[in-house]
Amino acid sequence: MKQSRIAPWIGVIFGAIYFLVPLIATFEFSLRMERGRYSFEAYRIVLGDPNFQASFGYSAFIAVCTIIVGVALVVPTAYVVQLKLPKLRPVIEFLTLLPLVIPAIVIVFGYLRMYNSSSWLPLTGSARGTDVLLTFSYVTLALPYMYRSVDTGLRAIDVRTLTEAAQSLGSSWPRILLTVILPNVRVAVLSGSFLTFAIVIGEFTMASLLNRPAFGPYLQLIGANRAYEPAALAIIAFAITWACMGLINLFGAMGQQTQRR
Amino acid sequence: MTNSSITDTNFSTAAVRPRPISWSWLGVVPFLLFTLMFLLLPAANLIIGAFQDAAGNFTLQNIANLSQPTILRAYQMSIGISAASAFLGAVIGFALALAAVLGRLPRWVRPSLMTFSGVASQFAGVPLAFAFLATLGRTGLVTALLFNIFGINIYRYGFNLLSFSGLTLTYLYFQIPLMVLILTPALDGLKREWREASAILGASTWQYWRMIALPILWPSLLGAFMLLFANSFGAIATAYALTGSSLNIITILLYAQIRGDVLHDPNLGYALALGMILITGISNGIYIWLSSRTGRWIR
Repeated sequence: MKQSRIAPWIGVIFGAIYFLVPLIATFEFSLRMERGRYSFEAYRIVLGDPNFQASFGYSAFIAVCTIIVGVALVVPTAYVVQLKLPKLRPVIEFLTLLPLVIPAIVIVFGYLRMYNSSSWLPLTGSARGTDVLLTFSYVTLALPYMYRSVDTGLRAIDVRTLTEAAQSLGSSWPRILLTVILPNVRVAVLSGSFLTFAIVIGEFTMASLLNRPAFGPYLQLIGANRAYEPAALAIIAFAITWACMGLINLFGAMGQQTQRR
Repeated sequence: MTNSSITDTNFSTAAVRPRPISWSWLGVVPFLLFTLMFLLLPAANLIIGAFQDAAGNFTLQNIANLSQPTILRAYQMSIGISAASAFLGAVIGFALALAAVLGRLPRWVRPSLMTFSGVASQFAGVPLAFAFLATLGRTGLVTALLFNIFGINIYRYGFNLLSFSGLTLTYLYFQIPLMVLILTPALDGLKREWREASAILGASTWQYWRMIALPILWPSLLGAFMLLFANSFGAIATAYALTGSSLNIITILLYAQIRGDVLHDPNLGYALALGMILITGISNGIYIWLSSRTGRWIR
């Protein structure tokens, strides 16, 4: 069948323009801080800002906590569902999709009503408690992606044989999970983790409403008060997202190679 | 795919064996507890609050109060922006996915597009607002280029980034890539044999698309539209960073309500949240239902 190749090219070129122009424009804008010449002055100021370092460090720390809690919650669940409780699968899958159904702002609104300082579990009463609540809120936010990723990973390996082999060698359940299952789904866990990191690092709504000094609210504050620094920050944020996605692709490719071997 | 179906068969044959009482359900208890405490109960709490007055008695007054002009306009604006960005995102994303999958372009085009879509679909929130301000804001590069080269001042012609069209244009930056990501697997599922069979029977390209490809694809298309709609309906960070609180959309109104009770009625705030859950719930429900249906055809 003869088919013209002009239309597809036009489409792809249009798409490329739509996606590259804002990036180029942002980059160009971020260099314009000094009058009359291009410089990296905006980046120097942003990177040297103690608030940048503090908020970025805080968000990175919360992101790591989110990943640890998320993996600890999702891997055993997906494993048990796959191995022993396949009937529960629709229920669990529905629950993991709920964070897409309930908007983040509504979830955090619920937290503020349920866990405020005069409630039965006053998590928002202290800074540490709020950090825990923020971590948990990010776990729910990342749940659909983390679960999907780990579940796909578990389906690709023979969970039953691995488990029975480990059991016949006398492994306990925690040991099977930690030293047999987890290493076999590490690519899936890593992609879920990097995606979680990309989602959490610049998240604004939950951190702002829970009043924590995270990177997202910092970005918003700079955006409201400065001219050139926001553009530099946007480029930095894009680079972080790009790095996370690049690492996912890299690990994915490595995983495929090991499987083929 | 073949790999997983093999494990599935092993799995079902092995599962027939009778087992002693199992404690395996203990493995899902932490997960169920977590979703109960941090997803279900908080949402239920708000929903109950929406049907209570300040003293805790049952009332429908909060729901009735949603018909205030500000609130109605906010819902309308949110639904409008979400529908526009989801529709345009779906159409353009579909066209791009089509070009990448069936356009016979060089081999490097498709993986580049997919990688880029992965990044761009996650590039949302506050930084996205900064990027569009630097591009199409009053001093943005594209605004300046259009003025310097063509002498067109887009702001003179009524364009405003801090408006319906501006926000829609900005949301498209993550909506289009999301559509590409969702639809590419569906397009891959169109079997070449179907096209060849229809061609042998004398169908034109148009007939193939109208009578075979689109009927198979439409659940994916509609489902993706619903997901895109809910995706932008619940978004706030981009809009807030772009417009402050000047644009009256539902998430910004709810944000202001949570921060400072601008409606002077906490229970009305819960009703506001209930309305949002209903709208995203319906659109995502349709998406989940449709995507479970498409699973039958597209493998």
